[in-house]
Amino acid sequence: MNALNIPQGSTAHSAYSLRPTLPEGEERRTLAVLVRNEAGVLARVIGLFSGRGYNIESLTVSETDHASRRSRITVVTTGEPAIIEQIKAQLSRMVVVIDVHDLTMEGPSVERELALIKVACTGEARVEALRMSQVFRASVVDTTLKSFVFELTGAPDKIDAFVELMAPLGLVDVSRTGVAAIKRGPDPM
Amino acid sequence: MPREMTGAQIVVQALKDQGVDTVFGYPGGAVLPIYDEIFKQNDIKHILVRHEQGATHAAEGYARSTGKPGVVLVTSGPGATNAVTGLTDALMDSIPMIVLTGQVPTFLIGSDGFQEADTVGITRPCTKHNWLVKETDHLADTLHQAFHVAMAGRPGPVLVDIPKDVQFATGMYNSPEEAEELPYNPRREPEDDAVMAMVEMIETAERPILYTGGGVINSGDRASALLRELAEETGFPVTSTLMGLGCYPASGKLWLGMLGMHGMYEANMAMHGCDAMFCIGARFDDRITGRLDAFSPGSKKAHIDIDPSSINKNVHVDVPILGDVAETLERVLAKWRARGAQTRRDRLAGWWTQIEAWKAIKCLTYKPSKSVIKPQYALERLEALTRGRDRYITTEVGQHQMWAAQFLRFDEPKRWMTSGGLGTMGYGVPASIGVQIAHPEALVINVAGEASFMMTMQELSCAVQYMAPVKQFILNNERLGMVRQWQQLLHGERYSHSYSEALPDFVKMAEAFGCKGIRCTDPADLDDAIQEMLDYDGPVIFDCLVEKHENCFPMIPSGKAHNEMLLGEASTEGAIDVSGSVLV
Repeated sequence: MNALNIPQGSTAHSAYSLRPTLPEGEERRTLAVLVRNEAGVLARVIGLFSGRGYNIESLTVSETDHASRRSRITVVTTGEPAIIEQIKAQLSRMVVVIDVHDLTMEGPSVERELALIKVACTGEARVEALRMSQVFRASVVDTTLKSFVFELTGAPDKIDAFVELMAPLGLVDVSRTGVAAIKRGPDPM
Repeated sequence: MPREMTGAQIVVQALKDQGVDTVFGYPGGAVLPIYDEIFKQNDIKHILVRHEQGATHAAEGYARSTGKPGVVLVTSGPGATNAVTGLTDALMDSIPMIVLTGQVPTFLIGSDGFQEADTVGITRPCTKHNWLVKETDHLADTLHQAFHVAMAGRPGPVLVDIPKDVQFATGMYNSPEEAEELPYNPRREPEDDAVMAMVEMIETAERPILYTGGGVINSGDRASALLRELAEETGFPVTSTLMGLGCYPASGKLWLGMLGMHGMYEANMAMHGCDAMFCIGARFDDRITGRLDAFSPGSKKAHIDIDPSSINKNVHVDVPILGDVAETLERVLAKWRARGAQTRRDRLAGWWTQIEAWKAIKCLTYKPSKSVIKPQYALERLEALTRGRDRYITTEVGQHQMWAAQFLRFDEPKRWMTSGGLGTMGYGVPASIGVQIAHPEALVINVAGEASFMMTMQELSCAVQYMAPVKQFILNNERLGMVRQWQQLLHGERYSHSYSEALPDFVKMAEAFGCKGIRCTDPADLDDAIQEMLDYDGPVIFDCLVEKHENCFPMIPSGKAHNEMLLGEASTEGAIDVSGSVLV
């Protein structure tokens, strides 16, 4: 899919919204899970998803408070609303989990992802790739005479769009961090 | 004051400080230091099982019959992997259990050492929580936290993996009071709004039913007492899951019997036809609900559960109440009484008339026989001859388990131990030993099938060693009865591997183990034979040869609704359709 062939009536509103639409009745939610950072904590959370057949679209994890040994896991998941409620209940009853927030439902939030995108090309294609990177405000973090590595930060849709556009120009590799998300405004989570 | 001890001493001290009097275990290389400390003391009794699975089920039996956590001590590698079935069983049935496993020394972890297994990795999905303790200084706190997690909220099994070098090294011991607390405290008190909503449901219900489960028993004896008050004062009918038998007395006038796949006709019909369902500590398991989209279609549903993930998991409820059963029932009763203890008495009478009509079907009727012992008859006689005794029943899994649930009657909680969620064949023999160890003077009977019995029968050696006079009441049909029944209903009577072509002589086997063996084949001899079993002061294997092709009824076939129950042999043709056949 690229920006030029968004079907009529698609839920995608612009070239920046290229995520495939979900099956009828399913929703995409971003969950922020605050956990005690002890051995095996990520395996516990992932094991819950795989063991019970829940989806993971993206998952990021890192310690966010070293002194109190807390990590924040951001999970993007899809499913019917009842399943998502089940996921939240299953997560919040785990011994290592301190708090679970549904950022999609609890008011506006900011979602960002970082990607490193390697493109190998010469001539016209190379000029075009660089020009596109400027449109997307990507920065060049590595260059040779035959390649670029772009660093791009943004919502997942934006990164999808950029990757799509690089494909015909000599896309070699993509490395993405997964989504980090935070609530807008002064309140925590 | 914190004191310096070896890790092995810390383990034994922590168990003592947690009030543990019995440990079920099996030694091995990676737990030798702990066994050395057990040798040096007399406060904690160690029961040597014959297989680690037996230790876990014995601990479950101990826990379920006492309300205290069961404790298991096993070695690394195979010791730990053999405990996995029991851990999963305890997780499914919400049984508090602490399993301590030895592990290879920390410096060998990851090297594929002898008897090394990734125990915390293997047991992560089958425990509430587990820990690998790498420093002796953390051991005491972890053990105390393990007891807290096993008991807090919805109970369940936990595991602490202790490398051998951690057992030898010295570290500081903290008492339970000094230990660092784990911030894990599931909410016990329900929201006022939810309590109020349930009270209003009680006041307006015209065709109510109290659908109770194991959560009532886990919540403690006060919960059972409060449930009885609620039932008696409202006059609402009571049913229960397999796990909840005994929380309301079977002799009570409001008792409808067990519900579910092999539950009572009147209980299932009342579930289907009610307008107000009060689910108290049960979890809408598939054995209970039958076909979900036809489950109790016209009712408003309230659900008391301490586990938020149980609420709205399988069935949407109108009044979710997150809280402990006793805490909740206490508030509901207080509020309801304060508002005048009203019910729709005018409507309840009609509802009871309907229920009595369903009862009149007599769904447990079976064809009696003078020549062969019917399994139902055997259980009726066992019930009659043990009535009034301080009696504990364990079971294995299969037809005999369902018949036991149908024909034996429980007036008190914690008297019925069965593997409900996981359905573990082999549960009953070790569980009966665990119960007997906890209640040395009581009558403990394991109602078994010969196939289940053979899965863990080595534990009789354990029963003999500790003089645990458990009675193994085997309904021997020389078949895997429930499998055979399903093959008859679903697979064109092709009995693929559902019978044993070689079975031991159970009487001789009893004698070989040092137990008493009794065989009974004639209904006329049954009473005397059962009495002989009851009178014998020691473990007994009772080989009761029963009708081989008896089916367990009533039955809700897979994929059918509560009001589509099968009542007898006549109606089984095509009972399970294609969509039902994929279900278990």
